[in-house]
Order: sequence, then C-alpha cells, then structure tokens
Amino acid sequence: MLRFVAGALVALGLFAALPLFVHNEYWFFAGYVVLQFIVLATAWNILGGYAGYVNFGTGAFFAVGGYTAVALYKAFALPLGLQILAGAAASGLLGFGVGLLTLRLRGIFFSIATIAVAIVLETVVVNWSYVGGAKGLPTMRPASTPLFDSYTVWLFFVMAALALLSVCIARYIETSWIGRGLRAIRDNEGAAECSGVPTLKLKLGAATLSGALMGAAGAPFAQYLSFIEPSSSFSLTYAVNALAMPMIGGVGHWVGPVIGAVLLGTVQQWATVRFQSEINVLVVGVLLVVFVVAAPEGILGLARKLFPGKR
Amino acid sequence: MSDLLEVSRLAKNFGGFTALDGVSLSVARGERFGLIGPNGSGKTTLINCVSGALAHDGGSIRFGGEDISALPAYQRTRRGIARSFQIPRPFHSMSVLENLLVPLEYVSGGSEDEAQEILRQIGLADKAQTRSNQLSQVELRKLELARAMAARPRLLISDEAMAGLSSNEVGEVLEILFRLNATGITVIMIEHIMQAVMKFSQRVVCLDAGRIICEGAPAEIVANPEVQRAYLGA
Repeated sequence: MLRFVAGALVALGLFAALPLFVHNEYWFFAGYVVLQFIVLATAWNILGGYAGYVNFGTGAFFAVGGYTAVALYKAFALPLGLQILAGAAASGLLGFGVGLLTLRLRGIFFSIATIAVAIVLETVVVNWSYVGGAKGLPTMRPASTPLFDSYTVWLFFVMAALALLSVCIARYIETSWIGRGLRAIRDNEGAAECSGVPTLKLKLGAATLSGALMGAAGAPFAQYLSFIEPSSSFSLTYAVNALAMPMIGGVGHWVGPVIGAVLLGTVQQWATVRFQSEINVLVVGVLLVVFVVAAPEGILGLARKLFPGKR
Repeated sequence: MSDLLEVSRLAKNFGGFTALDGVSLSVARGERFGLIGPNGSGKTTLINCVSGALAHDGGSIRFGGEDISALPAYQRTRRGIARSFQIPRPFHSMSVLENLLVPLEYVSGGSEDEAQEILRQIGLADKAQTRSNQLSQVELRKLELARAMAARPRLLISDEAMAGLSSNEVGEVLEILFRLNATGITVIMIEHIMQAVMKFSQRVVCLDAGRIICEGAPAEIVANPEVQRAYLGA
C-alpha cells in the first residue's frame, strides 16, 4: 500500500508538471471532466461494486457537494479546499442516510429509493432562492490562483489529486478486511452476518465514504463552469455514467472504474467536440449494452479470460 | 454450571401465522442435540431466532449465561454461535479458502494456515483455490460446515447439512460432526434423515406446529406415539 501511495504521489507530481508541456487550456478543461468521472465511478464502485448496492442517485451526491460549496462560497467566500471538505461532509451525511435505507431495502428497491432521494433534493434546490433556485447562480472565480497561472489548470490539478485520493482509498478498502466483508455482503448478506461481519456498520461506512467522495467531486463544479443550476448538476447522466464506467471497466477491482472513466470520459469529450454533446448519452448507452451482452465482467473480466493466470 | 444455550418461551409470528409458540429448551455444554419435526414445524425458524437471523417476538435466549436476545447476528457469532444454512449460501465470488477467511478475519482472528487446516479436516483441501460457485452439492455442504468452523464456535448449528446427499456422503458429514463434538464443540443437528440424527444425538427434541411435542433419548423419540402421528399423520 505504501508503494501504491508513493506511486500516486509521483503521478500527482506529473499532473502538476503537465502545464510545462501542454499549453492549450482546452486539454485541462476536458481532462477535468475525465478526472471527475474517475472520482465518481470509483466512489460508486465502493458501494455498488464491492457491496452490491446499486446507487442511482450519483447526481444528488454530486449536486449536494456542489451546492454546499456554492452556498458557503457565497456566504463566507470559503477557499476551494474548505469548499471541497464541506461538500464531502454534506454528501457523506447524505450517504449515511442512504446507508440507513439498506436496513429495509435491497436490490432494485434500494436503487429506486436512491432515485427518489435525488428527485426530492433537486426539488428542494429548485425552490431555494439563495443559491439561485431553478434559474441557477453564476459564480465569480477568485482573482488569484495558487500554484498555476490559470484557474482551469488549478482545478484540473485539484481534481487529479481527488482522483488519486479516491483510487488510493478504494484500493485500500478492496485489499483490506473491509473489502472482504463488503464482498461477503454482496454475495450473501445473511451468511455474511452469520460469519461475524457487522453488515450494517460496513454498509453505512461504504455509503458514507462513497457519498463523501461524490460530494468532493461535485464541490468545485460551480467554479469550473462559473455557474451552477439544478437540472444539469442533478442530472441522471451522472448516475448513468458513474454506473456504466465501473460496469464497462469491471466492477470489484479498483482499476475497473478508472479504465471505464478514462475510456468513456474521453470518448464523450471527443464526441462532444466532434459531433454534439447530446451524443454522449448514446455513446454510454451503446457501450453499456455491448458490454453487458458481450463482456458482463467488463474489460477486466475480458482481460482475465484472454490471459488466464494473471490477475 | 448452567447450560450453554437456554431458550425460554420463545415466540415468533409471521403475520397471523404462529411459527414458534412458546418453545423452551436447553442444550448442555458438549452435548449432541437433535432437533426434528415435520416440514414447517418451526425448526429453521427456531435456529434463525437463536442465530439472530430473525428477531423473535417473545421469550428469551441465553447463551453462556448471557441474555443475547437483543444482539445482532454478528455479535452472536462472535460469542460462539455458528451455523450452516439449509440451502448453502456460499460467498460465490470468492474461492473456498476466501470463504473461510471471512469468519477468520471477523471473528476468530485466525490465519490462512488455520483455514487450510479446517479444509484439510473437512476434506476440501484440494479445492481451496476453486471458486465456490464451481462446487458440487456435497462440497457446498462441507463448505457451509467449514465456514461455520472457521468462526471457532462453542455451539455449531447444522441445519440439514445432509439433505440430498448419498448415504456415503451422509456418513462422511456425520463423521465430521462427531469429530467436532469430540473437540468440545456443542452441536445442534437439524435433520430429516432419521438414521443420521438418531445415531448422532444424545438427546432429541421434536417440534410440531411451533411447539415441542416430545423430548428424550433417540429410542424414546422413535417410539413416541405423538412423534409417529406428527410424521405419519396416523
């Protein structure tokens, strides 16, 4: 694990050095989205992939992070770091609440409940005029940028740090006793409980952590677009992407969501520029169908089948 | 010294259906205890209440002198109650070895060596790396027992571990249970296979429609007219 964290720090250093070689700001603008999806997909995988509770409310966690950040920025002009922490805390709390739902709801019923949570919260925000209600709220980026010349590059770097942090957390969970407990829950919750696994505690922990990471990913969103409004930040597209990326990459392993997010996220950015943004949803849909039919265990499963013996 | 397990006036309803109607029984330390009864008589419900998979509606359960009625299932496992499931519930995405590592990590703090040792005892050593969804029926039943053993139980509840097995395989599982009992583990056996439960048990309780209809040594139970009526409807 130490070596993995060291690797992540080296990767972060490389991300920080990128502006020396890449001068077109568009790459950072597009790269931010891909990194954001690495965080979302990795976070989704902690509850959905490891524990088997499919969350359809990613948009709600993302938006709660974003709106918490915006509200605090408007009220107290909090710096970005604190906005992210506050966004993560608020979404973590929401995650804890969603975790409590698992007491009574399993399978498809849990998933439906998470959609309901998203709709309820979106309605609340639409009617909350302090953060702009339905028409949204423009935000002013801070005048000065730490470390980099451009605020976009700075946000790209922050998101890269969040992506690396989530991957480190996910890998730690996966390889520790927590991961084995979560997989036991996914395979058979009753048998897990009878094998001494404190299922409720683990589910609450996974849901809280998953929610907090999604909220952290959403917190810089208003700064990134200089604008926030409910229908795009609560969008079902986040839920679909956060679910499709691990499915396509391969659930159950930390690298699966990363592969899926890089692949889908890049294709989507390319399609947005080359054709039009609406085609994004088509790309996700077609790829998801292809993978569910042809490679239900994702790219990782396919790789294991082609190269047996290797992990 | 008090009994290991003391169940008193245990009641459980599913809506309007009374599954357990004031069941009281106690199991001594080191005992081989048989629980029989026709289908739907409440055997598995009783076990689910004792292991914590279901919350009971009335009465109390004491284990090792402590009231465990309000404890969640995982706490009961940690106190020493382990069970196998009637329909095997393996962790199907894991290897056989990993299945055992779950209780070893969460309950007993044991190592992989201990898991290998349990698999060797139970005759699954050569399947350690096999994914548990590839196992045959008898292997799945052995895995159920092995996983229960990995929790280092004081009380092992075997819920129809032999249903559907051939007579050779029944003998194999029986032998495993006898060996476990010899190491000091109390065993409750729920079983439909009469030869097995009668051979194994020192004392047998027969349930019918959520009540205990008789209790005694295996020979007495077989001869009991109420048991015969419950089973044969005579």
